[in-house]
Amino acid sequence: MENENNLNRWQDFRRRLADNDIWYSFKHTPMAYISAITGITLIALAVFAPLVAPQNPFDLASLDLFDASMPPSWMDQGDPRFLLGTDDQGRGILSTIFYGLRISLFVGFTSVFLSLLIGVSLGLISGYIGGRVDAVIMRIADVQLSFPAILIALLIDGVFRTVASKEIHEDLALYVVIFAIAISGWVQYARTVRSSVMTEKIKEYVQAGQVIGLGSGRIMIKHILPNVLGPVFVIGTLHLALAIIIEATLSFLGVGLPPTTPSLGTLIRIGNEYLFSGEWWITIFPGATLIILSLSVNLFGDWLRDALNPKLQ
Amino acid sequence: MLTFIAKRMIQSVLVMIAVGLITFALLRFVGDPISNMVGQDTSTAEREELKEALGLNDPFVIQFANFAKNAVKGEFGLSYTLRVPVSQLLSERIPATLELSILSALLALFIGMPMGIYTAIHKDSWLTKLFLSSSLVGVSLPTFLIGILLILLFGVMFRWLPTFGRGEVVDLGWWSTGLLTWSGIKSLILPTITLAIFQLTLIMRLVRAEMLEVLRTDYIKFGRARGLSMKSIHYRHALKNTLIPVITITGLQLGSIIAFALITESVFQWPGMGLLFIQAIGNADVPIMAAYLVLIAFIFVAINLLVDILYVVLDPRLRTTVGD
Repeated sequence: MENENNLNRWQDFRRRLADNDIWYSFKHTPMAYISAITGITLIALAVFAPLVAPQNPFDLASLDLFDASMPPSWMDQGDPRFLLGTDDQGRGILSTIFYGLRISLFVGFTSVFLSLLIGVSLGLISGYIGGRVDAVIMRIADVQLSFPAILIALLIDGVFRTVASKEIHEDLALYVVIFAIAISGWVQYARTVRSSVMTEKIKEYVQAGQVIGLGSGRIMIKHILPNVLGPVFVIGTLHLALAIIIEATLSFLGVGLPPTTPSLGTLIRIGNEYLFSGEWWITIFPGATLIILSLSVNLFGDWLRDALNPKLQ
Repeated sequence: MLTFIAKRMIQSVLVMIAVGLITFALLRFVGDPISNMVGQDTSTAEREELKEALGLNDPFVIQFANFAKNAVKGEFGLSYTLRVPVSQLLSERIPATLELSILSALLALFIGMPMGIYTAIHKDSWLTKLFLSSSLVGVSLPTFLIGILLILLFGVMFRWLPTFGRGEVVDLGWWSTGLLTWSGIKSLILPTITLAIFQLTLIMRLVRAEMLEVLRTDYIKFGRARGLSMKSIHYRHALKNTLIPVITITGLQLGSIIAFALITESVFQWPGMGLLFIQAIGNADVPIMAAYLVLIAFIFVAINLLVDILYVVLDPRLRTTVGD
């Protein structure tokens, strides 16, 4: 019985998908599915890094300094064990990229989620309650919006690093970076949700809820929230690309993630020192990965925005 | 309109006070200012004396007022690591950052605007498609990677251009410029391009969007019906109305160019304020951090205020709506 029910639901889902405009647009826009496939592949590589990476770059026992600074395997003096060459410690670049992707994506997703949580909650409160609360939240948003996100993240991060002692901030670096990026990005969500809530809250279903005595919290979360989430996903996707770039930039500047937990940005920073001695592969391959990642997320987000926007259809 | 300007000014002052409070807290509570100034063998009594003399025992409000008074004068004390007044360090670094930022802004404006106009007028040409798709790549490329790629290409492989520092600079007394020597100009090329690329794509997309919007309006249709030449419609009539938002947003972008200069300066070891700040974070040199924070906040607030006022002055349509 249970099984049959699931089967029915699955068929129902497939039928609805086939009728769906967005799915149709997705299937017929090469940019959309290519970027989606690229993005998903990179995410899969990151998630399964321990299984797919040829070496574990953090297992000190497996590292050999004799393997250090080897060029990619197709060049002279390359080694077939290291497809993209090795860095100064003898770590395979390909493996460090997989592990670096893992960290970059982890920071990206968690900071976007946190940002979304803060932004959507404040937007809901601001739009639904209005009045003085709204004025205060939106003033703060205005002010924050006049500064670029990367500067705000850098300032929060920098202040934290000075406040915390050296030993602690090595351990906390990951969370500080996530927090800094999350704080730097909430405004977009809050503004969008607020304006959607303002149009939703005068609709009949909200009034009906108020009349039968539902609490504000319940109306906001259970009834209004599902109706304002559409644009939030678009912002979230585009924000993911930005968050990954901000994290990479912070790490490149040396105020992000430490070399003990290297993200793509940290790898680029490490490799940058060897650029002039001709060992370009230590920088360029992580850099290319970062570009492909942010480009595919951006392209997908661009398509999603157009597909969800009824005005453009 | 006057109430609008007054309101915006009060808001700006409030923002500066908030930033001031944050930096003051940073200066006052991170580390012990006294132990940063004296040696190990200073007695407790002497420390107390110094504390009293520096006013560190005063009530919070008075301390903050003193801090604000000094900040307005540009005084933030001595750098912990370099033992030099922060104001002196900053004033040495400001010309480097401003030269780089202003040149980049001009480059972005003078290339981005024609590109935007072209892509709006010739909607379906292959060049437009090329511009638009490369602009998406431009947005996805982190600034520091653009810098690294340029260094690899022109500095390491071809060895055409210098990749770090400002080259030879000429000291004009209150301003040091790299524009008067050949090596200074060559050193400017790569950082300027790096910093300009992101802004360039932004300006191009903005000009295109605004221009397309204007080209849809009735007066353009009427102009066409009157038989005006396309050239005159595009450049005489459409462009003028496109320019107002473009100028204001480019003005606003100047602030973020100065902020983004920090990344470029770090890539090219450009001796500007941003590099100073990044190094200060690494050394926990709080006075420098505080000064940079206040200065950057001030630049942003001032630019925003100026642009908001200009916007109302330039566009008469806004005067009635923002009046209250």
